[in-house]
Parts: sequence; structure tokens; C-alpha cells
Amino acid sequence: MSKKVLVLGETREGALRNVSFEAIAAAKKISGGREVVAVLLGEAVSEFGNELIAYGADRVITVEHPHLKSYTSDGYGQAFMAVVDQEQPEAIVFGHTAVGKDLSPKIASKLQTGLISDVTDIEGEGADAVFIRPIYSGKAFEKVKLKEDGVVFISVRPNNIAPLEREERSGDVSSLSVDITNLRTIIKNVVRKSAEGVDLSEAKVIIAGGRGVKSKDGFEPLQELADLLGGAVGASRGACDADYCDYSLQIGQTGKVVTPDLYIAAGISGAIQHMAGMSNSKVIVAINKDPEANIFKVADYGIVGDLFDVIPLLTEEFKKVM
Amino acid sequence: MNIYVLVKRTFDTEEKLVVSGGQIQEDGAEFIINPYDEYAIEEAITVRDAHGGEVTVVTIGDEEAEKQLRTALAMGADKAVLINTEDDVEEMDQFTAAYILAEYLKDKEADLILAGNVAIDGGSGQVGPRVADLLDINYVTTITSLEIEGETVKIVRDIEGDAEELETSLPLLVTAQQGLNEPRYPSLPGIMKAKKKPLEELELDDLDIDEEDVEAKTETIEVYLPPKKQAGRILEGEIPSQVSELVSLLRSEAKVI
Ligand SMILES: Cc1cc2nc3c(=O)[nH]c(=O)nc-3n(C[C@H](O)[C@H](O)[C@H](O)COP(=O)(O)OP(=O)(O)OC[C@H]3O[C@@H](n4cnc5c(N)ncnc54)[C@H](O)[C@@H]3O)c2cc1C
Ligand SMILES: Cc1cc2nc3c(=O)[nH]c(=O)nc-3n(C[C@H](O)[C@H](O)[C@H](O)COP(=O)(O)OP(=O)(O)OC[C@H]3O[C@@H](n4cnc5c(N)ncnc54)[C@H](O)[C@@H]3O)c2cc1C
Repeated sequence: MSKKVLVLGETREGALRNVSFEAIAAAKKISGGREVVAVLLGEAVSEFGNELIAYGADRVITVEHPHLKSYTSDGYGQAFMAVVDQEQPEAIVFGHTAVGKDLSPKIASKLQTGLISDVTDIEGEGADAVFIRPIYSGKAFEKVKLKEDGVVFISVRPNNIAPLEREERSGDVSSLSVDITNLRTIIKNVVRKSAEGVDLSEAKVIIAGGRGVKSKDGFEPLQELADLLGGAVGASRGACDADYCDYSLQIGQTGKVVTPDLYIAAGISGAIQHMAGMSNSKVIVAINKDPEANIFKVADYGIVGDLFDVIPLLTEEFKKVM
Repeated sequence: MNIYVLVKRTFDTEEKLVVSGGQIQEDGAEFIINPYDEYAIEEAITVRDAHGGEVTVVTIGDEEAEKQLRTALAMGADKAVLINTEDDVEEMDQFTAAYILAEYLKDKEADLILAGNVAIDGGSGQVGPRVADLLDINYVTTITSLEIEGETVKIVRDIEGDAEELETSLPLLVTAQQGLNEPRYPSLPGIMKAKKKPLEELELDDLDIDEEDVEAKTETIEVYLPPKKQAGRILEGEIPSQVSELVSLLRSEAKVI
């Protein structure tokens, strides 16, 4: 049985997030050929509609309202439920992002349905689709499905499901007018702590530093390499605790969970709580002075050496070939 | 102030996982209070000490979870409630957990409910917001700071590394993120006192819940460990030649650059 699927599109810093394209690809699998409808919520978002169509959405619905400028669960909840009432979807896909994590349980509760969170892979199509998600901080996986008929609702972890090829296509972008009232949360301010540019949870390349980086300045060579490769800088909690960098960079069980194509760990020992956040990266490179460091156990490639020698040389070497 | 904390007993993920018969083996493993719930308990105690009132910790689980509840009482919570589902619930998911918790909470007139932002085992982060929706109260997730001034609640929350400052009001459910506080260790007098604090045990019947009402919406078909990674390759030779070998491996063998 095929399913009509709604996908929540998200923007960040005036552009669509990659995870939205990945969510559309997931929706296509679940839809088994039926319609995939993307939803955009915000103050002024209709300009992004066509890009969602280029990545595979058949149709886009926007809800624009001044109260949707900042995310609140009340505002977004009312807007999204209005779209659900109009479209009567059989499946819903969100990104497992700050917004997705906060909003999806509320929508699932209102629809009295199951929600399969943080999905990294999908097996099968249409009604036979089965969802794979990490449990126990990435140390195991489970395969889950919806038990009965009802709305299939999943959130997909960024960087795991490949987006479809971008194609010039046409599709309808329409707007739905919704009365957004009674917001119980008032957003006062957002203090920007994360780095400009590439978002850590969506980066294809991450250069992560640990206590071995030794100072704030020690992160500079890592940043240089990240910039060259179009990636982002991350960190262990050891580095954050030592105040070499902001906690917004922390990767691990109590930080961000990342799955880039390439993860370079420099001066990180490889504590179990750190590995919980990065062990599912596609390729892991470890650079550490200590040949016995735990990080070498998960690394695909390892260099035993001083990161302050290795990282600048790596940057030079990549410059030669790129 | 009437404060409730939702506490989950979890498998300590520092433990080695053993899967057999499609299930995680729990025999002999260490169990802890979900680390994010420890932040929630600490915050609840701090709020109570500043504003008065009572902190009740609530968990759904079996008898084994009494240990984690006693720990929360030893930290300083006033009362504990164990909703024992062992005999009634065969399959449980986030819908089930939230429904039971909300049925328990619905007539308690809670001013503030605290939960962890995610359980480190199940890892969905659904239960907090689902409970708030069922109770029809507002919620704020992944908070790193909480201040209550009269009617106003001032909160800072973590949004993917950035700090969002917001205002809302009670009644409210919040979920705790790392950075909210430093959870205290139970003191020896605290542990002694905890033995005498009330720990109520309830079953679904006591909450007028039918088993059908809480039937799980999702089904776990299989649990498995990730495929063992092949041992990685430690490069050899002078550092500069290792570096150029690495770059060519990343380009030609791993094909990630
Ligand atoms: C409940 C809990 C949650 C936690 N959550 C997280 C989390 O989310 N993320 C996280 O990362 N940690 C977390 N931790 C902390 C974790 O246990 C480790 O303490 C931390 O990851 C260590 O950071 P590190 O590897 O940078 O430091 P260290 O363990 O001190 O390692 C530094 C490494 O750098 C190497 N080194 C030193 N100098 C150089 C050099 N010049 N060149 C190359 N190598 C060098 C050393 O050989 C060493 O291996 C958590 C801990 C607990 C208890
Ligand atoms: C056959 C079967 C039996 C199960 N039996 C149990 C059981 O006895 N106990 C159990 O905990 N899980 C049990 N589970 C797992 C259960 O489905 C999940 O633990 C539950 O749905 C919570 O989901 P989560 O781990 O994703 O939590 P999240 O949504 O990630 O948890 C977020 C927060 O919600 C609160 N919370 C979550 N779970 C509980 C809880 N049980 N009690 C109080 N607060 C909570 C905590 O504050 C937690 O930090 C069982 C699962 C199956 C398949």
C-alpha cells in the first residue's frame, strides 16, 4: 500500500537545511509512489518552495505568519496541525533536529500515533517499510515498525539518508492561511555560540580536537583544515571543559551526535562517551601521540604523532591535490 | 510549589552490550538513573529550596527501579512513586510511557514537571513533550537555565549549540540538558533519611487504566549490534610520508574527499 507523505522542511541562516532534502528522500521511500508534500513554516518562506520540488517534493504548502518567525511548539504545532487537517497524510517525516525533536512528539501525541525517532536507515518501501535507529547511544540498533494502521511518523537523523539528485521539476507551491494564537512561550533572544557556516550535525567533514589541542589557539590549524575541506570543527568534552572551545562544539553522548563522511580526531583519547557521538561516521582518522589511545580502535586510519606536526602537513597535502 | 520529576532507570551505557535472542541482555549489568534525569532531580530540589513545596519523583518500571527512586530521595526529593507495569504491560513504547505518566499526573495539579531531554538507552526524547501535550500544558525542551520570578519563568535552552532565551509561565514541563546544573551526590545522612521517605507503588488498576488503552503503537522487530569494524590501519614511516599516504587513501580507497 502506498502512502501520502508530509515532510517538514526547515531553513537555517536563510537557506534550506540538507536534512530537509534527506527527509524528502525518506518520504519517497515510504510513499511507494504516492504524493510527497513538503511543508514550510515561517515568516517568509515561500521562496524556498521550488528548491524542495527540485529535490523530489511533488507539492509544497507554506504557512507564513509573523508568529512563526521564531520556532515555538505552540506556533509550529498549530500551523502543522492545520496542514495535517487539510491534507490527511498517511505518513509524516521530520528531520531529527532541534525543531524536529521538540515538535514531533507533540504532533504524534495529537494524532495518537507512534513516532519512530532518529531513524538512520529505511528497509523496504510503502507499507512494508521498516525503520532502523540507533539505541544505547549508538552501541546497538533496532528495527522498528508501526504496529497497526495509522499515521507512520518518523524523524530522520541528519547525514544518513542520501538525498535525491537535484532536478529541474515543476510543482505547485501554495499557501495556507492559519490563525496562530495563544503562544505560551515568548522568545526573547538567541545568543549565537555555534560557528558561522557549516552546521556541525550536517557537516560532511569534521575535524575534532581534544585536550591534546592544549589551548584556544591550538584549534586554529584544525579550523584551517576544516575550512579547506568545507567542513566544521568539533571537540571532545575534555577540550570544552578546559575552555579551549565552546560547549556548542562538543561531540558525544552528552553533546552532538554526528555521522560525517570523514571524522578526523586530533588529540582525543577516545572515551566511550565521546565515541557515542561519532563512532558511526563513515571514515574515521585518528591522530594521537599515544599509540595505545583507545581512539585507534575505531579509526580506519591512524597516525601516531604530534597533531601540531600532522595537521598543518595534512592541510598542505590537501592543498596540493584539490 | 508542587514539583514532579520523571525518572527513568537506564542501563549504564559504559557497560558492554550483549545481544542474544534479539534482545539486550540485562543480567548482571549496572543500572543508573538516566544522567539527564539527574539534572532534572537536582533542578527540582533547587527550585523547591528557593520557593518551597515538595518534590515527587515518578518512574514507570518494575521493582528493580526502587533503587533509583531511593537514590533520588537520598539526593533530596521528598516522595517517590513507582508505577509498576511488570504484570500488566507486555510491550511498551513512548506512547505507552507518556500515557501512563499523564494519567498519573492529570489530577495532581503540578506546577512544574521536569524530565530528562532524552533517555540514553531508548534515545527518542519523546516522553517529556508527549506528557505535556496530554496534560495540555506548555513545555520547553533541552533547558540549561531556569529562573522562576513570580508568575514568570525565564529559561535558557540549548538549540544545537546556540542559547535561546525565552519567557513562559507555570504550569510547565521542562526537559533537562547537560549544563543545567551539577547534580549532587547523595550524602550519608541523605541516604539514611531516604529509607524513611514515602515510596508509593501503583499498578495500572490504581490509575484506572485498561491494558488496551496503553498498547504500544510501535513494535521492535529486531535488536542487533553494529557490524564489527575491521581493525583500522596505523600508518608507518616518516610523518610527512604518512600524511601523503593518508591523503591518497582518503581520496582513492575511502573516497571521502
Ligand atoms: C556522564 C558523562 C558524559 C560525558 N559526555 C561526553 C561527551 O559527550 N563527549 C566527550 O567527548 N566526552 C564526554 N565525557 C568525558 C569523557 O569521559 C572524557 O573525559 C573526554 O572525552 C576526554 O576528552 P579528551 O579525549 O579530549 O581528553 P583526554 O582523555 O585527556 O585525551 C587527550 C589525548 O590527546 C593526546 N595528545 C596530547 N597531546 C597531543 C599532541 N600534541 N598530539 C597528538 N595527541 C596528543 C593524548 O595522548 C590523549 O590521548 C563524558 C563523561 C561522563 C562521565
Ligand atoms: C517489552 C518492553 C518492555 C519495556 N519495559 C520498560 C520498563 O519497564 N521501563 C522502562 O523505562 N522502559 C521499558 N521499555 C522501554 C520503553 O518503551 C521506553 O523506555 C519508553 O518508551 C521511553 O522511551 P525512551 O527510552 O525513548 O525515553 P525518552 O523519551 O528518550 O525519555 C525522555 C525522558 O522521559 C522520562 N521517561 C522516559 N521513560 C520513563 C519511564 N519509564 N518512567 C518515568 N519517566 C520516563 C525521563 O525523564 C526521560 O529522561 C520497554 C520496552 C519494551 C519493548
